[in-house]
Amino acid sequence: MNKTLTLTISQKDGTLCLKFLGEITVYTLSKNQETIDKIDRSKLNRVEIDLSDVTFIDTAAGIFLLGVRKHFEALVSQTQLVCTNDEILRTLALVEKKQEPSKEHKERFAKNIVERFGKFIYKHYVAFLSFISFLGELFSASMRYFRSAKNIRYKEIMFEIYESGIKALGIIALTSFLIGVVVAYQSAYQLKIYGANIFIVDMLGLSILRELAPMMTAIVIAGRSGSAFTAQIGAMKITEELDAMRTMGFDPYMFLVLPRIIALMIAMPILIFVADIAGILGGMLIAHIDLKITVELFLERFSDVIAVKHFYIGVLKGPFFAFLIASIAIYRGLMVKNDTQSIGFNTTKSVVEAIFAVIVCDALFSIAFTNLGI
Amino acid sequence: MMSTAIEVKNLKTQFGSKIIHQSLNLTINTGEIYGLLGPSGCGKTTLLREMVMLEKYHSGNINILGYDLNNIGSEDAQKLRREWGVLFQAGALFSSLTLRENIALPLVEYTDLSPKMIEEIVRFKINLVGLKHGDANLYPAQISGGMKKKAALARALAMDPKLLFLDEPTSGLDPISARDFDALILELRSLLGLTIVMVSHDLQSIYDTLDRVAIIDHKKIAYEGTLDNIKSVESKFIKTFFGKYNE
Repeated sequence: MNKTLTLTISQKDGTLCLKFLGEITVYTLSKNQETIDKIDRSKLNRVEIDLSDVTFIDTAAGIFLLGVRKHFEALVSQTQLVCTNDEILRTLALVEKKQEPSKEHKERFAKNIVERFGKFIYKHYVAFLSFISFLGELFSASMRYFRSAKNIRYKEIMFEIYESGIKALGIIALTSFLIGVVVAYQSAYQLKIYGANIFIVDMLGLSILRELAPMMTAIVIAGRSGSAFTAQIGAMKITEELDAMRTMGFDPYMFLVLPRIIALMIAMPILIFVADIAGILGGMLIAHIDLKITVELFLERFSDVIAVKHFYIGVLKGPFFAFLIASIAIYRGLMVKNDTQSIGFNTTKSVVEAIFAVIVCDALFSIAFTNLGI
Repeated sequence: MMSTAIEVKNLKTQFGSKIIHQSLNLTINTGEIYGLLGPSGCGKTTLLREMVMLEKYHSGNINILGYDLNNIGSEDAQKLRREWGVLFQAGALFSSLTLRENIALPLVEYTDLSPKMIEEIVRFKINLVGLKHGDANLYPAQISGGMKKKAALARALAMDPKLLFLDEPTSGLDPISARDFDALILELRSLLGLTIVMVSHDLQSIYDTLDRVAIIDHKKIAYEGTLDNIKSVESKFIKTFFGKYNE
């Protein structure tokens, strides 16, 4: 690369001569521009751009040279381009022909708060509508699905139960066990002060069976299986697999969506049951170590004070949470656009929205059960 | 004597405020190989997607094999879908299934053939499109782009459809495979009496295979007919696209 100066300037009698030398390429342009910027433009009446000693220009240099000529044409009455090299002229002609005049593009950046707020609301309104439309389609698909038993895809459902249910047993049992330990440990300290050691059984039984086990299970499943649903379906959308299915007459709702939702709705109560056991075990362990409550005593008290309805309530939440997690995850998967960015975006959204929906649903259950006196 | 396979009337497509097609008309006869050509972004693939009911159009009418897509019920739509095969640009093979399972899938779902019979049909289709039997147990991620296209064609042909939609079948193929592909398509047409609709940019393939073409330009059909008198048409696209060929 030629680092030496490629431009010499001479000025006499009001005539400015820009003499370029050697190769003008994209690498030397900024230096040339600097040199030209320094020229005293006060007493000019004629400009000559001399390219006769130039051996090569690239297209960037072509754009630059035409720009220089245009700049001086606006300033002085006479400009002249001296060039005999045919190749250079051809490059210049090509640039001139294909150059898009850069229009002043006025983008409105400053939006006032009303406009932004309006757009924000509208965007979310449309997103809400599209989710409702997804639910509608889901409903009509499930009507067709359950019309005859041979439509039901047992194999896929079993596979999904295994994938998103059975495989999650370990992590859910562990999480729930630790939650049991933590809750028991924290309350043991308080209970000891009042000498109300035995009430740890009531506390653990109620909180774990009714709230903590279903909630923890839902959160782990949203993070684990919900995100997997979104990513799987999103990737299938990008590779046109969903389109291919549709053209072959395989309704994606029947083949992908409903099996996943049904599988999760079956698996969730089982997982909650396991979480119940693990959580209580964790609490029992701490009760034994910290409060000296033996396993026999714990279980005796447990069967005395904890009605079986608490267990049923916890398990009953399972299918509802599962439906929310699976439908949000799949909806997000179907929302994936034709680029890889949107897989990440929608997976994140899917997990966040699913957990949020589960918490809202749990709050509604709480209010409902309290009012029903259960 | 020629019957109509597909008829598009007064079609209008709009994405947001951008109009893609405006009063677009075309007719595709049974048994012909029909090409949709035009500059990038003119809506060829969109039109193809509208024909296979993946995309909704704004107004107008598409009639395929006697079914009116405006008022098609879900049962009829399902019937229609079994009468066509679609080859997507990137193949769109199901990534969780092997090639064999991909090709067998429509047969397994839609017929009550024995596994042995299905296996035989799959082997035939694999042979037909020029794949090796050893490849049949591979997953789509393990094979090359050209093989994916061939496998996708085999899947599209699995049910012996009357109608075949091809979206840029030869793009991304090496020239030899591309010519083989053209020969295969011609052979299939004469063997099975298929009606083939394709979007293509491959001039060689266009001249070798197509019976009639439609050029979409400026939202409408700029030309519809055989390739012989295409140069008589005043269109910038046709001039630049076909200009130098055969001169």
